[in-house]
Amino acid sequence: MNTHIPALTVSDVSKVFDVSAPWLNRLIERRPKLFVKAVSEVSFTIEKGTCFSIVGESGCGKSTVARLVTGLYTTTSGDISFGTGRTGRPIRVQMIFQDPHSSLNPRWRVGDIIAEPIREMKLRDDVKQTDARVRELLETVGLGADDALRYPHEFSGGQRQRISIARALASEPELLVCDEPTSALDVSVQAQILNLMRHLQDELGLTYLFISHNLSVVRHMSDYIAVMYLGRIVEQAPVEHLFTAPRHPYSKLLLATIPDIENPRRRIDAQAGEPPSPLNPPSGCAFHPRCPIAMDKCRKAIPELLATEGQARVACHAVTDP
Amino acid sequence: MMVLPIPDGNTQNTATSALDVHGLTVEFPTRRGVLTAIDDVSMQIAPGEILGVVGESGAGKSITGLAVLGLLEHPGRIAGGAIHVGGRRVDTLSEAELTKVRGREMGAIFQDPLTALNPLFSVGKQLVETIRLHSDMNRAAANARALELLRNVGIPAPEERLRQYPHQFSGGMRQRVVIALALAAGPRLIIADEPTTALDVSIQAQITALLRKLCDETGVGIMLVTHDMGVIAETADRVCVMYSGRVVESGPVADVIHNPQHPYTRGLMSAIPSLHDRVETLAQIDGSMPRLNARPSGCAFHPRCPHAGPRCSAETPPLVKVDTTSAACWLQQGGTQ
Ligand SMILES: Nc1ncnc2c1ncn2[C@@H]1O[C@H](COP(=O)(O)OP(=O)(O)OP(=O)(O)O)[C@@H](O)[C@H]1O
Ligand SMILES: Nc1ncnc2c1ncn2[C@@H]1O[C@H](COP(=O)(O)OP(=O)(O)OP(=O)(O)O)[C@@H](O)[C@H]1O
Ligand code: SF4
Ligand code: SF4
Ligand SMILES: [Mg+2]
Ligand SMILES: [Mg+2]
Repeated sequence: MNTHIPALTVSDVSKVFDVSAPWLNRLIERRPKLFVKAVSEVSFTIEKGTCFSIVGESGCGKSTVARLVTGLYTTTSGDISFGTGRTGRPIRVQMIFQDPHSSLNPRWRVGDIIAEPIREMKLRDDVKQTDARVRELLETVGLGADDALRYPHEFSGGQRQRISIARALASEPELLVCDEPTSALDVSVQAQILNLMRHLQDELGLTYLFISHNLSVVRHMSDYIAVMYLGRIVEQAPVEHLFTAPRHPYSKLLLATIPDIENPRRRIDAQAGEPPSPLNPPSGCAFHPRCPIAMDKCRKAIPELLATEGQARVACHAVTDP
Repeated sequence: MMVLPIPDGNTQNTATSALDVHGLTVEFPTRRGVLTAIDDVSMQIAPGEILGVVGESGAGKSITGLAVLGLLEHPGRIAGGAIHVGGRRVDTLSEAELTKVRGREMGAIFQDPLTALNPLFSVGKQLVETIRLHSDMNRAAANARALELLRNVGIPAPEERLRQYPHQFSGGMRQRVVIALALAAGPRLIIADEPTTALDVSIQAQITALLRKLCDETGVGIMLVTHDMGVIAETADRVCVMYSGRVVESGPVADVIHNPQHPYTRGLMSAIPSLHDRVETLAQIDGSMPRLNARPSGCAFHPRCPHAGPRCSAETPPLVKVDTTSAACWLQQGGTQ
């Protein structure tokens, strides 16, 4: 593993969405403009060849970070930069989406789906070389060369996810952004895809930004984890550290609520509260309405993400300024 | 009342079960021939019991639930077997009778709470209408019942919430409303198909705890379909594993998880990433589930099974009891030779 060479650096990135009603409606109904701060002042670095994961509740901003990194959204403020790739140019990024059904064009043959980025970016000189590359990619992801002639609907969910991975690899990326890549799949197919991703990481030296709400999957894949809550990173730590010694009260809640087949009848605090509305976030620490140890200060000041022990960083008054 | 032998080796009176599915077969006639999606499936749910249903995508979990609810989409049809809900045979009812039974005796919770709610009516109106349709309560009594239901499913300030519309609820709260609707007529059976898949982990835990509590308190039986073995381990009493349209294993949840008998179940269990220790490579079952039009002969799992022998491709193993669980595999029935 090449440590300490950054593949991606995200510095102080924020993304605000304007979700106001159309101008005329606002005028008639006298409603103010509405903004969602989907991502607030997020910073992290991913070292080459490692897997960095983001976890957190629905709506906390995980997919928005992924889309900012891949350039599908532009940042409102802050900076995203890539390290130098194999060829001396900036590292190329590709994204794998959650739903392999809707992300593949149903009218195209699998071979054309995979060949498109190769043709688009002129990565091979002629048709023959392109075809050879498509065959090679299909074999890399565990499909057969003759599958190039078939259509997406002829494949199962897991096989379609393999096709999306082959297409993502076609443009020769060094950083893969995977947004819930196995959430639509059952556990046996999930194991096949996760093993494939690990194998590709070793073979091709890929770097992953991995997003999932399944914490056992995240633990299996990651080197480093960031926990997000309402647009902010609240804790960031090496994977073993986070799982064995979470410090932020929200990380603790998240870990305590994972269903665990090895320890099924643990007590669940069913009244752990609801995630707040991103349109109207709580003051101070956004977690304070659900936090069992919230103090006065928590309602007033937003806690900063500060270094604690063992490469971890935590944003909580009770941890960093008790 | 009919007494049917069930594959667990027990006999149980159909009148006492919340659900009794016996030898269910579901077919989809297509231009290129008839596809058998469900093949001779039997399962039972006692009152107050949660039966988890797991298995590979396309194994027939949802189709089984839809067949019980009488909601199979055309051209799907029940081609054999019998379904009893609370002792009453439902697969032979007319559409009109079925509509009544569906609301009163059975409730349904699906993955996306928004599809189950009407965006144009307040939550209170939807609850009150459902209650009045299936009982002779007057409006005031139905209103009081609606309030009680919302309170039971853990919605704070139910008086105000009754007046609100579905879009004013968060995802988790909406799924609670759907559960309240499913419970409105005091059903004996609830079919819950991936009820927590669209929700956050922390909300997921709240919803499954709620299902467990309702089951214990009201005696409703629940069929819980999910990919998440953790959810099954935590909420279900028994679990039923499906592969390619058949039940391959069923039994008490702890036994199936810790001592699986069928090679497919064993593969499934070892494919789950552990929360406790990290491994380099997850165990995986190579290959993929056969398509309906190309189901292998004998045991449908044989092309992927590490223990397959000549008998496996020739004869279909029946589901028989081994200790506390039942498995459909020749390994426990005289060998694969
Ligand atoms: N294009 C958009 N326009 C307006 N608001 C958006 C847009 N995309 C995301 N949001 C809002 O930004 C917030 C973060 O959304 P995001 O999709 O990043 O969440 P997430 O963490 O990926 O959630 P999930 O786990 O449900 O996928 C949400 O409140 C969402 O409603
Ligand atoms: N309308 C239809 N026509 C033909 N086959 C169908 C139809 N609906 C479902 N099937 C088939 O029936 C089988 C069982 O489907 P079902 O939806 O029950 O799977 P499932 O176990 O719920 O899978 P998942 O975990 O992906 O939800 C599948 O092979 C599916 O392709
Ligand atoms: S800052 Fe305060 S409210 Fe926020 S997590 Fe820490 S203790 Fe709880
Ligand atoms: S019957 Fe044979 S092929 Fe089927 S699961 Fe058992 S050993 Fe494997
Ligand atoms: Mg997302
Ligand atoms: Mg299904």
